[in-house]
Amino acid sequence: MKTESYPRAYLYRRIVQAKIFIDNNYADNIPLKKISGEAFFSKFHFNRLFKSIYGKTPHQYLTSVRLDKAQLLLKEGKPVSEVCFLVGFESVGSFSRLFKHTIGVSPTAFVSNQAARKKDIAVNPLKFIPACIAYKNGWMENSNFEQIFT
Amino acid sequence: MYVLDQESAFDFYTNKLGFKVITDAPMGPDARWITVSPPEQTDFEITLIPVREGMNFTKESAEAMKELVKKGTFGFGVFQCNDIFATYEELKAKGVEFTKPPKEEFYGNEALFKDDSGNWFSLVSNRK
Repeated sequence: MKTESYPRAYLYRRIVQAKIFIDNNYADNIPLKKISGEAFFSKFHFNRLFKSIYGKTPHQYLTSVRLDKAQLLLKEGKPVSEVCFLVGFESVGSFSRLFKHTIGVSPTAFVSNQAARKKDIAVNPLKFIPACIAYKNGWMENSNFEQIFT
Repeated sequence: MYVLDQESAFDFYTNKLGFKVITDAPMGPDARWITVSPPEQTDFEITLIPVREGMNFTKESAEAMKELVKKGTFGFGVFQCNDIFATYEELKAKGVEFTKPPKEEFYGNEALFKDDSGNWFSLVSNRK
């Protein structure tokens, strides 16, 4: 049976369901072969359709979701070794390599950068508001502008 | 962009639309400066500003503004996606309310959806 014989809405729903399944189960050992097998009779066709819609293969998409979630958890202050397993990677080494390759910095450097940014936000919150007149003109120094502003 | 409830809007844009949080800075008691971006366009930031009495609004104008937002008076722009039919199915499954399902128009395929406050957006793609 060829997939082309399915109505388009059905195909879309199957692909979307697969994507949502990945979104909800990224931390588990997701059997991508099983997902494609249940959605379509051909893994190749499933991958082709998924990529045509989302611009990534299911495996590439799963990796991107895991790395996005990892960044959120690292921002929350969770240790790298814990985050690695929480988002579904099986070794810290492979997680760190992939993280650095994709994000541009190592997880440890990412944590340091985020901690510095968090500290900066706490000290100078208005600095992070684009074109903030108060910050640009130095009205924050020795003033109670923040209290007035809110 | 004015929203009715900042916490609820934060949840809508991050968990339903899948946007990324760019800035979440405290702005004194009970206020935050929150900006979110479409996942593939993080240099474009939307600031989620709660409508409340204060610097921007008097009590009366805040109430009037809330009513206007609720009624869907404000449309804030157009988002382009790779495949409108898939995006429509996904967002609908996540609970996003569409006021117009994808339809082929002379300028391309378009759908309209609302955020949790009532602000509406157009969603387009060129795919047939």
